[in-house]
Formats: sequence, C-alpha cells, structure tokens
Amino acid sequence: MSLKDKLLSSYIAIEDHLEADSPIHDLKNKAIKNFEAKGFPTKKEEAWKYTSLNSILKTDYSLFPKQDHTIEIKDVRKFFLHDIDTFKIVFIDGVYSSFLSETTHDQLDVCLMSSALNKAKYEPVIEAYFNKVAKEDSLTSLNTAFAKEGAYINIPKNKEVDKPIEIINFSTGNEAAVMLQPRNLIVVGENAHVQIIERHQSLSENPVLTNSVTEIFAEKRAFVDYYKVQNDKSSASLIDNTYVSQERESNCNVHTFSFGGNLTRNNLNFYQKGERCDSTLKGITILEGKQHVDHNTLVHHIEPNCESHQDYKGLFDDASTGVFNGKIIVEKEAQKTNAFQQNNNILIQDKATINAKPQLEIFADDVKCSHGCTIGQFDEDALFYLRSRGIAKKEARALLMYAFANTVLESVKIPELKARINKLIAKKIGVSLGFDV
Amino acid sequence: MLQIKNLHASVEGKDILKGINLNVKAGEVHAIMGPNGSGKSTLASVISGKEEFEVTKGELSFEGEDISEMDPEERAHKGVFLSFQYPVEIPGVSVTNFIKTAINETRKAKGLGDMPAGEMLKLIKEKADLLEIDRKFLSRSLNQGFSGGEKKRNEIFQMAMLNPKLAILDETDSGLDIDALKIVANGVNMLKSNDNAVVLITHYQRLLDYIVPDFVHVLMDGKIVKSGTKELAYELEEKGYDWIKEELV
Repeated sequence: MSLKDKLLSSYIAIEDHLEADSPIHDLKNKAIKNFEAKGFPTKKEEAWKYTSLNSILKTDYSLFPKQDHTIEIKDVRKFFLHDIDTFKIVFIDGVYSSFLSETTHDQLDVCLMSSALNKAKYEPVIEAYFNKVAKEDSLTSLNTAFAKEGAYINIPKNKEVDKPIEIINFSTGNEAAVMLQPRNLIVVGENAHVQIIERHQSLSENPVLTNSVTEIFAEKRAFVDYYKVQNDKSSASLIDNTYVSQERESNCNVHTFSFGGNLTRNNLNFYQKGERCDSTLKGITILEGKQHVDHNTLVHHIEPNCESHQDYKGLFDDASTGVFNGKIIVEKEAQKTNAFQQNNNILIQDKATINAKPQLEIFADDVKCSHGCTIGQFDEDALFYLRSRGIAKKEARALLMYAFANTVLESVKIPELKARINKLIAKKIGVSLGFDV
Repeated sequence: MLQIKNLHASVEGKDILKGINLNVKAGEVHAIMGPNGSGKSTLASVISGKEEFEVTKGELSFEGEDISEMDPEERAHKGVFLSFQYPVEIPGVSVTNFIKTAINETRKAKGLGDMPAGEMLKLIKEKADLLEIDRKFLSRSLNQGFSGGEKKRNEIFQMAMLNPKLAILDETDSGLDIDALKIVANGVNMLKSNDNAVVLITHYQRLLDYIVPDFVHVLMDGKIVKSGTKELAYELEEKGYDWIKEELV
C-alpha cells in the first residue's frame, strides 16, 4: 500500500476522536479530501522541480507510534539550551512529554495544541487563528487532517516573554519508521515580544518523516524571533511548512540553520497584512554526503511601507544538493516597499549542486527590490591572504566558511544559541579554530 | 637570508619575472622601485608563495633552503611576511581573532601549544600601542570598511605581532597620509633589528625618507636593471624612469 493510501485509510482513526459536528471536524474532513485530490507533490510541479519526495515516501511509516517513557533527561539534555532558563514544550514520537517540558499558564500560554483544540476556553483563539494563514496545499492539508499535537503559544498584549521558548520534537526509533505531523500555533499579541527555538531530533537511525505546520500570528507592533535548528540524523527527513501573518508595524525574524537531516524542505511564507511591517528570513545551510535542503520562501507584500530582508548562505560539500527558491510578491497597493534578497552559495566539491531561483512579481511602481544570487568557489585571494599569515589551507578555508556564514549568525539574539550554532558549524566544517566568530 | 638567482616566473603562461637576482642579508633594508607593471608585486607574491604564479626557472631560497615549492603557510612559519598592497576584506572575522589564529597556527607548526591568553593580550596591547591603533579597531571585521590607511596600519600591526624574519612591504605607503605614513614607518623602524630584513616595494621615494634603505633596486620589465644606495631613489624621484631606459639602450 502506498503511503498516500495508508494515510487515507488511517484517517478514520483520527476521525473517531472528533466530535461529529465540531468546526475542527469539518476542517479536517475538508483537509483530507484536499490531500486525497492533490496527493504528494511531484517534480512536475514548478515549486517542487528540484526536490523529489519519491525516495522518502517508499518507507512504511508507522503513523501512530506508542508512547515512550524510557527517555531520560541525560539522554537528551544536549539538545536543549541547558545553560539558560527556557520554557520547553517537548514531544516524544509526537506525544507530549510532561516530564521533559516546562510549560506555563501564568500571564501567557505556553502549552499544548491538544488542549487548545479540545478545551472550551481556547475556542475563541482557535476560531480566530487556527488554519487561518496556512495554505491549502497538499502537505499542509495532510497535516491539518492528522495533527493532534504540537505547541500552542499565546502571548498577550504588551507581554515581553523573559526567556526563550523551546519546541523540541524527539523521535525514539522505537518503531522501525515513523511519520510525525506536529502542528504549532503561535499568537503574539499587540506589542508583545517572544523568542522561540524549534528543533526536530531523532534519537536513533530509524527513518523519520516529519511534516510539520507552524502558524505564527504577529499582531500590531509584535516582535517575534524564531529560530529553526535543523541538525538531525541522516535518517530523518523534514518538511517544514511555516506561515507568518504580520499586522501593522510588527517585526518577525526567522533564522533557519540547516546542517543535518536527509531531505529537508522549508516552505517559509510571510504575509504582511499591515503597514510598516518588517520581515527577516535568514538561513545557513551546510551540507555534505547526499544531503538535500530546499528553501522555498515567499514574502507577500500586501500593504505599503514594509520591508523584507532575506539572506541565505549555503556551503555544499560532497554530492549534497541545495535549492533556493525565493519568491517576492509586491501588490499594487504595497508602495514604498523595500524588499531585499541575497542568496550566496559555495560549492566545496564539484559534485555538489545548487539550484537557485529568485522570483520577483512586482505590481507597485514605487518600490526598492533587489536580489542577488551567487554560486562560487572559494576566493583565492582571500585564501592566499590567510595562508600568507601562517594559517594552513584547511583552517584558512574553514575560517572563510565561518566568515561567509557570519552575516546570518550576527543577527541571532540569544547568545547561548549563537554559541551553540557556532560550535555546530565548527563541527560540521570539521575543524576547531579556538575562537568565536 | 633571502637569495634569488635568475628567477623567472609566469602567470597563465605569460612571463612576468625574467631573471631576478637579489640577495638580502639579515639587518638590511632593500627598496625595490619601478614603474607600473614592471613586476614588483609579482615578485612579492612569488616570494610569499601565491599559487597562481609559477616559478619556471632560477632559485628562490630563504635561509639556505629552497622555498620555491613550499606552501604559503610554510613560508610564513619560516618567517616570511608580506604586507599586502590590497589587503583582502574578510567580514565576520575580527582583527583580534584573525591574528590570534595566525599566531597559534604558526606555533602549532613549530610544535608549540597555543599562546596563553594573558600573554596574547599583552602582546596585542603592546603592538597596538606601537602603531597607535584604537582598541575598538581590533574588534572590527578584518579590513571590512577600513580606509586605505587603516588597512595598511593593520598590515603592519600583523607584522608586529608575527615578528617575521623577512618582511616584504608591498606599496605600504600608498593610501597613507603623512601622519599615518610616519606612524607606520616608525612602527617598521622599531621592529627592525640585526636579525631581520625588510624589502620595501614602492613607487615613490617618499616612504624612503622615513624607512631608510641600505640598497635601492630598479625593477623594469621583470628584471633588476640598476642597483644603488638611497641616492638612487632621489635620482628616480627627480628624473623618473626614462633615463634608465635610455641608459639600457
């Protein structure tokens, strides 16, 4: 049985738990029908031209893994920002782990999607926000139909959350293979501030396929800093669908650090729905072996006087492949838009591949839009400069890689996270230079 | 210290150096002058080991050892330093981190451990003071957004930190105003000793008022066509290079 058929027939199990006439039930029914009609995307679709899911769809994934109680803190401590105090929403094989989590309902909600979907007191928020910015593409619909669990974060007006929130999805490998579909909803109230770190981490070599959907709503003047750490095992694949809806004068930044995993597809969509919004999308991708990472970004400028900044850096070794497909739409009303997009890539080995495609659709006449895309090897003059100072070739290259990636790293606002990412980069590049960038 | 005999070098099949002879001993300052395109910068790059230049003939030895096939970093470890005419901008790496890495990599090559942090800081402070470099400057990204003068001063700061045996200063005076020139020259003079040597590559005699050479060589069309003492530099300043061309004919 194909994965699609398996999913369709398993939907009954999901439906059993739903109230017959609830709006969520209707939503899920519609979503599964949409998935049934569209199926998994194929390379025939323009947006999936360079990424084929075929290889990861062949696996027979378990869709409803059993709950695991064997994980101990010491096994997973290193995946947390353990040197600082954080809120934690932790899932093990898709099931909430109260043991590893640190949630709150004090002044703000940092808790679970399952409670938000089932408890009456959250109904107004769910009604106002759930599935309101997510696209109706097949993978998002699939998630909508199946999603039972995920992070629910609601920050009230004027609240500055004083510590970062970590959302971590562990998979144990207790099953031979597992498919996970976390669903996160994040609502950041007017003038509220929040920092969030999201991570998917497999604890075994068994295959994992995660199809995640995150909806983020930034109300007027809200400030959202979101970090995605993608450093999973090479047996884990991730399809990340993130939708950011911004109201007037809000500021949203998403940093994506893609170092690990087998196949990773990031669908990152920003919608600016008020004036003077600021959006930042940055990423560092460092790949080796046969890893594949596809960044598919959309910034939709709908209102005037907004800005967007995109800066994606990629380093590709061995036979790894990267895709950057960055779309900017500037609507007719969105005058005085400033939209910038940078995508720079270095191919370390000749066998590595990058496909870069900027797409600009501009309907307004008074805008500043720029995009730059480079694919190159190392700058020989820079390399010689470093070597002439006694820095050996390998280290000199590593230093240049650091330098290359640094424009993305410098805007990371959590110092402990920045230090962590720095270490991951050093490890990935395979050198220890004994300094911080 | 540095011995160059009948050195020929080419880039992409084009001959640039066509038989250079130069002998630099410890304690000496040599100036190499010459018109644009005569091969001055190429000579500096060839001594430092830039890979795009190919030594096709002749000898290049440093302290009695053939270095013509060595990697640039190996030459640096042996004490060869090049102050670049156009130092490369490296955003994301601070001046301090860069120089720390350079020093520790050189120590590593010599089988030494990292320089203790306290010692490093002291050294940085001492050398920064010598070149009147502001502390804030040291935490900036290497050469990024530096003025021409700042870049050159930073090159000499690196030289001071690495304490090479042979320093080749490629057009270090270009882009410097007179005050900066004095600071840089003063720095070089302070670092000068009987155990090291300096090769100054310059267009103009101006720098030589501050760093006084023992020998002046004129490089033309890939060859040293005339050598003399510092008086030769004054003569070149006054009369240009044409008279040498005529002399050669």
